Amino acid sequence: MADAPLMEIEDLGLSYATEQGTLRAVDGVDLALHRGEALAVLGESGCGKSSLAKTLLRTLPRNAYPPTGQLRLQGREVLGLPEERFRREVRWVRIALVMQAAMNALNPVVRVGEQVAEPLRIHRRASRRQARQRAAEAFEEVGIPTDFLRRYPHELSGGMRQRAVLAMALVTEPDLVLLDEPTSALDVLTQASIMNVLKRIKHERGVSFVFITHDVATASELADRVALMYAGQVVEAASARAFFDEPAHPYSRLLMAAVPRLHQERPPSPIPGRPPSLLDPPAGCRFAERCPWAFERCGEPPPMAPCGERHHARCWLHPGLGGER
Amino acid sequence: MTTPQPSTRPPQAAPGEPLLCAEGLHTHFELRQWGFVRVGSVRAVEGVDLTLGAGEAVAVVGESGCGKSSLARTLLGLHRPTGGTVRFDGTPLNGLSGRALKRYRARVGYVQQDPYGALPPFMDIQRILAEPLIIHGVRGRAERERRIDTALAEVGLTPAADTRRKFPHQLSGGQQQRVVIARALLLRPAMIIADEPVSMLDASVRVEILELLRRVQREHRLALLYITHDLSTVRHYVDRALVMYGGRIVEQAPVTDLLARSGHPYTEALLSALGDPDADNARRQREVPGGEPPSLVHPPSGCRFHPRCPHAMQGKCEVEPPPPDFRPRADHRVACWLHE
Ligand SMILES: Nc1ncnc2c1ncn2[C@@H]1O[C@H](COP(=O)(O)OP(=O)(O)OP(=O)(O)O)[C@@H](O)[C@H]1O
Ligand SMILES: Nc1ncnc2c1ncn2[C@@H]1O[C@H](COP(=O)(O)OP(=O)(O)OP(=O)(O)O)[C@@H](O)[C@H]1O
Ligand code: SF4
Ligand SMILES: [Mg+2]
Ligand SMILES: [Mg+2]
Repeated sequence: MADAPLMEIEDLGLSYATEQGTLRAVDGVDLALHRGEALAVLGESGCGKSSLAKTLLRTLPRNAYPPTGQLRLQGREVLGLPEERFRREVRWVRIALVMQAAMNALNPVVRVGEQVAEPLRIHRRASRRQARQRAAEAFEEVGIPTDFLRRYPHELSGGMRQRAVLAMALVTEPDLVLLDEPTSALDVLTQASIMNVLKRIKHERGVSFVFITHDVATASELADRVALMYAGQVVEAASARAFFDEPAHPYSRLLMAAVPRLHQERPPSPIPGRPPSLLDPPAGCRFAERCPWAFERCGEPPPMAPCGERHHARCWLHPGLGGER
Repeated sequence: MTTPQPSTRPPQAAPGEPLLCAEGLHTHFELRQWGFVRVGSVRAVEGVDLTLGAGEAVAVVGESGCGKSSLARTLLGLHRPTGGTVRFDGTPLNGLSGRALKRYRARVGYVQQDPYGALPPFMDIQRILAEPLIIHGVRGRAERERRIDTALAEVGLTPAADTRRKFPHQLSGGQQQRVVIARALLLRPAMIIADEPVSMLDASVRVEILELLRRVQREHRLALLYITHDLSTVRHYVDRALVMYGGRIVEQAPVTDLLARSGHPYTEALLSALGDPDADNARRQREVPGGEPPSLVHPPSGCRFHPRCPHAMQGKCEVEPPPPDFRPRADHRVACWLHE
């Protein structure tokens, strides 16, 4: 299995029990990620991005049903592992997660240096001295002066706290780091400098990233590959080049046209309508109601169709599916 | 001092004369420890000059914490300025109190930051919209309903009868923001102040709301102050943009001019930190000035941006604050010594 992808996700599904019924937040997601790649998971609020991340790390809330499908790390299925082994062998060890709004979830009464070292103490059984040493290195790597190790979270600015949670995710040297909206709460300059840090770490260390964002421009700052989600499904998966230059799915194209650009004469145009409810999604293509290209066939659910090298779109228009384009 | 007239009066400021005019505006907040010991002050707005013409749309852009909301709230009369003056339609705000202040507020629509907290959760839309009308003395149920329906139609929430019976949680984020805008329009204001009206919304809905604001602003010849931290959302929706940093306006110009020929190093930094979506972005480090946003309690001396500025001139920039109005072009003002 020497060149199996670092991570393969197959037919992943996740539902929540809610008062209104079963809500299917992740539905039939297939993804593959090779070592050293960064994958941006892009999509509008509520499309299931965080649910996907939590499924991969199995940090699900109580009302979630057990996830379905497969998660393979270098060819080995780990989603079915018993919790004890998953914790010992996968979570934080192979995959680290920076949760959405994690920088506001730091423990206010523990020095940041200790918090950053904690995963090492727990998951790598490092000695106190080793852990402290590694935490200091991680601080340097993300651009925080090491004398900040002894400070408390409230003594750090938002940008510094975000760097600290990043350091925490890197400290155990995982193969894969999952970042859920790591920069959305920050201003533009801080955002850009954190993206710079991520680019550098990716380049120097060959860490792989799954990077969740609702912002198209931010996605383009790190991604080698992009997976666009809509209403619980991945609707297009492609290289960043193909995705930004020649998006295949109608939703991708319309989304691109809805993004305001600094120097473009033509104003952006909104996508009329809004996403369907995940409690009772349409039987056919979930985008059909808003899609200007929709035709009869779209009443049936389209599968992911190949439309280039490592490029798939969930749309009946694609040649692989016998569309007329 | 003249008392302002009732809210149905059209703007009186002579053509060409600004509707809103702020001069040397300061808003400082006292910083206290244990609730009473004064330990300093937060200089959230410091020496801001600003004009807004009738029917003009202006953006205020700046990073989180630079004082945008404090400026908005001072202009609305919600904070008493520590110094300087605000005049609206020729009348100074400083002396206003009670009824006169209430009349002023009726002429200025306010879309406050945080759309999800803006609508009271236990009231239906009918009640939410009726309230300001009742407070401002719009008599007669029929007249109120007519105004509510007009406002809902204006923001595209039709059929109005359906929307009126709903509660905020039954509406999407974008629809809620439309209700907030409808509420701001109800009293037929001469000016709207919209504080980050789209920052919580998805790309597509964001553009819808910005288009809506621009349309009502033009149709009713409203003055609009649009506050945002995102310079990429100003281009098509305002006439002029101001850039704010550390409580001060550092640059102002017609929006296309500002984007094409920015004069202040901070604006420049914002523009180069931002990118349009492009696969190549992942392959280059962005130029970002080091350092952190300035403290408003102990702000840097001289030019607020000097500790982060790649062009700072030693012996000058950290000593003397640059005046706000060097003019590289007639309608373009920059507070930076490079333009002396
Ligand atoms: N614990 C939960 N119980 C029930 N429904 C949930 C739960 N968590 C999320 N959901 C629902 O699942 C769907 C997907 O939510 P999720 O948080 O994964 O979206 P997201 O893409 O991360 O959105 P955002 O960009 O707003 O963070 C939404 O409809 C949401 O309301
Ligand atoms: N009522 C208040 N009392 C004390 N300090 C305040 C008050 N309102 C604002 N501040 C402080 O003034 C500074 C400027 O805040 P303001 O909310 O005006 O910034 P902003 O530019 O609107 O930021 P954001 O983009 O986060 O909304 C901050 O340091 C804030 O903590
Ligand atoms: S499958 Fe049909 S409705 Fe769906 S995106 Fe493609 S064309 Fe549009
Ligand atoms: Mg999320
Ligand atoms: Mg604000």
